[in-house]
Amino acid sequence: MTRPGFVLEVDRSTPPILTWHGEGYRLERLPPGRSRVIYPPEATEALSDPDRAIREALLNPLGDSKPLPELLSAGMRLTIAFDDISLPLPPMRRPDNRQRVIEAVLDLAAGAGVDDVVLICALALHRRMTESELRHAIGDRVYDSFAPSGRLLQHDAEDPDGLVHIGLTDAGEDVEINKRAAESDLIVYVNINLVAMDGGHKSVATGLASYRSLRHHHNVKTMRHSRSFMDPEHSELHSSNWRMGRLLAASGVNIFQIETTLNNDAFPASAAFLQKREWEWSLRDRAGFVASSKALSVMPPRSARSMFQAIKAPHALTSVHAGEVEAVHAATTRVVHRQQLVDVQGQTDIAIFGLPHICPYNVNSIMNPILVMCMGLGYLFNLYRGMPIVRKGGVAILSHPTPWAFHPVHHPSYIDFFEEVLSETTDPAVIEAKYEERFATDDWYRHLYRTSHAYHGVHPFYMWYWGAHALEHLGRVVVVGGDPKAVRRLGFSPATTLADAFEIASDVVGRDATISHFHCPPIMIADVH
Amino acid sequence: MRALQVERSLPRFAAARIASRPLALRLGEADLPEAPGPDWVTLRPKLSGICGSDLATVFGRSSRWFEPIVSFPFVPGHEVVAETDTGDRVVVEPVLHCKIRGITPPCTACTAGRTNRCENLSAGHLSPGLQTGFCASTGGGWSGAFLAHRDQLHPVPAGWSDEAAVMVEPVACSVHAALASPSEADRCAVVIGAGTIGLATLAALRSLRSEVTTLIAVAKHPEQRRLSVQLGADYVAEPSELRRAVRRATGSWILDSGQLTGGADMVFDCVGSSESLVDAIAVAAPGATIVLVGMPGHVGMDLTALWQRELRLVGAYAYGPEARAGGRHSFDLAMELIASRDLGRLVSARYPLDRHCEALEHASQAGRRGATKVVFDLGLEKRR
Repeated sequence: MTRPGFVLEVDRSTPPILTWHGEGYRLERLPPGRSRVIYPPEATEALSDPDRAIREALLNPLGDSKPLPELLSAGMRLTIAFDDISLPLPPMRRPDNRQRVIEAVLDLAAGAGVDDVVLICALALHRRMTESELRHAIGDRVYDSFAPSGRLLQHDAEDPDGLVHIGLTDAGEDVEINKRAAESDLIVYVNINLVAMDGGHKSVATGLASYRSLRHHHNVKTMRHSRSFMDPEHSELHSSNWRMGRLLAASGVNIFQIETTLNNDAFPASAAFLQKREWEWSLRDRAGFVASSKALSVMPPRSARSMFQAIKAPHALTSVHAGEVEAVHAATTRVVHRQQLVDVQGQTDIAIFGLPHICPYNVNSIMNPILVMCMGLGYLFNLYRGMPIVRKGGVAILSHPTPWAFHPVHHPSYIDFFEEVLSETTDPAVIEAKYEERFATDDWYRHLYRTSHAYHGVHPFYMWYWGAHALEHLGRVVVVGGDPKAVRRLGFSPATTLADAFEIASDVVGRDATISHFHCPPIMIADVH
Repeated sequence: MRALQVERSLPRFAAARIASRPLALRLGEADLPEAPGPDWVTLRPKLSGICGSDLATVFGRSSRWFEPIVSFPFVPGHEVVAETDTGDRVVVEPVLHCKIRGITPPCTACTAGRTNRCENLSAGHLSPGLQTGFCASTGGGWSGAFLAHRDQLHPVPAGWSDEAAVMVEPVACSVHAALASPSEADRCAVVIGAGTIGLATLAALRSLRSEVTTLIAVAKHPEQRRLSVQLGADYVAEPSELRRAVRRATGSWILDSGQLTGGADMVFDCVGSSESLVDAIAVAAPGATIVLVGMPGHVGMDLTALWQRELRLVGAYAYGPEARAGGRHSFDLAMELIASRDLGRLVSARYPLDRHCEALEHASQAGRRGATKVVFDLGLEKRR
């Protein structure tokens, strides 16, 4: 039986708390009597026989879907779409969930005599994956069977010949998705559901969509009205995707959804202390922390980045559901919530978010300043249900080195966004109105997205929009240990130490402010009452 | 009278260069040179600016190119607003061309009215010297008094501040530079450097070149960025951001090697360093014109792009009648620009001669200290 998450009230006997700081971590002592630490639940139990569970899910679908074998027949067109590099975090050890599920689907397809099978990586506007990344996700056997014959594709949201406009939702939203997928007799979507906003109709309606379609929900208004993304009932992002998904279904696009969930086991045993409660650290954990901290303190940033990016998580499969999209996602969400929900009573004046080395958009890449903002204010801030852990007008303290550094291949438009757009304004609405279209239609960015490994030109805008709700909610954002120049460009306040950050925050929330430390990763959702 | 003088001393120039201190300069008593003829008048400076070429001289960084066209000891100072014996305020057009030197017939350039291209800068009845402020026979503005030919004088309009008047000479240089490149529709122009000359070039381009549709400034410091926008820049980039800024403005692509496929149609290098010229060439479109406005010295760079892209690299020195402005003189255009854009505000600090070391240090660090034009205030000097 794994222990649920809980909230520790900090007193004088509380040890220093582990706080992530990019490619590293620190132990921070919190003020007693007015601080609390929110810990995630421990990793839930793994399925004992994942492959058997997958087969059973395919044969016993949820909702009004028939079992997968009954949907497969000779002569049909089958498209298997799957989640991209952004999931899971950190990347999981082989075999990846996608490999297990795709192999099971292909076995059934082969048994039914289906020859016309194409695999599509559902990139949306993300970067194309490299061969090694694809091999890791879907396995060598699948890769070698499909890639050489051109039947392993990566979705191209800018291919004028590869998209089809399905129609408009009743809210006037364009639904335009991958043509091969839309014109298939069946789309099998293979998902990894790391957080509650993944999966469901978002899989196809976002993952296989064009910019024309995505802009209807990836915008400032939607983000400000998604409170939070992790709470479907209060997420406009969720509502928009559901409208689009229902239009797809009504238009005859057949989708067989397969969703998998993972437990919280994010780090290998050698770094077990990263997901333990500090007072339970063993001698080995303490030694591991000291040794790794010392090594990281003298290691060049590039080496530290390589080391962290090489981490493969021992995530284990905890559930697999298949069938009709909404029924599947409802079941998946219950499992995700069981793993991630933590009861939290009330809000505090300050929230501390230690930012780890990785977010969905810097796998094998650099966590640039825009991604720091997105990770802190877009993701960690929004990991709540009910209300944010920090009160309206409160202060978020992020801990991250925030280097003025960008991956030139993966994030070319991010560099321009940082240099041009953020030097003029940090207001998401102004940014959207004044700059988005130019970046989204820039020929060079389009070329790099389609032919290289670059995120789409508009992607940094979406990263900024992810944080729009937090920017509106918070009175100030302080970044501990960041490059001051980069932090100021983001519109935030730099602080050298956590004590300095509290001092800066006191201008906004006073000297006796209450504090929440969000002890993440592993991922959790604060269920704030 | 007291004057700051530069003497010919190689050890002093070498020491100044190594120590980054104005060791080639000496403050002392000096006699007013004897007037070469009846057309010469004595001027008493009110304000006298410190220019980039002055700094290069006193810090021992000037090119040896100038050796035959200067004469020692000389009193620097060629950006001057001064009073005549009759109390009239004038600004000085400092080029010491054929007519000023009493040379007849004048050289081909002077005959054509292009006195800034005069071939006789070391001949005639004056000692060698390309301008007032570099000639032993005339003195210069960093003193209590100096000599000027009547043809060098431009009256200061009534109501003008001394700060506005002292800006006429540098702004005229910028006007001349802004009008130096060819004219076509819808041009993207880049101005590298946001000191006095860079800012004035921005203002001149915005006022005199209506075909410039996109104007990008390169500025390092916050005050420079603020002034660049005020004076007409559409976008202000830091030096490291320039290539991407030009790419965005022109719809170019960046190739793997970092070079742009297209670029800006006009580039004005108002710095004159190797780095700024490398940047200028890197962001120039095929067939573009690069105008050297800031005084360059020795530079080293790869000129392959200059050749392969058929770039034109042109100098813009001093002033004169401007063909692109109907033959009007740069000084007249500069005065209009100063009045319309309030460029007198670019004068940031005034120093007496006694504090010349401080003044020169301030001028050499003007950008990072939030300043633009640093001047000597000779009004204080006169009261001594």
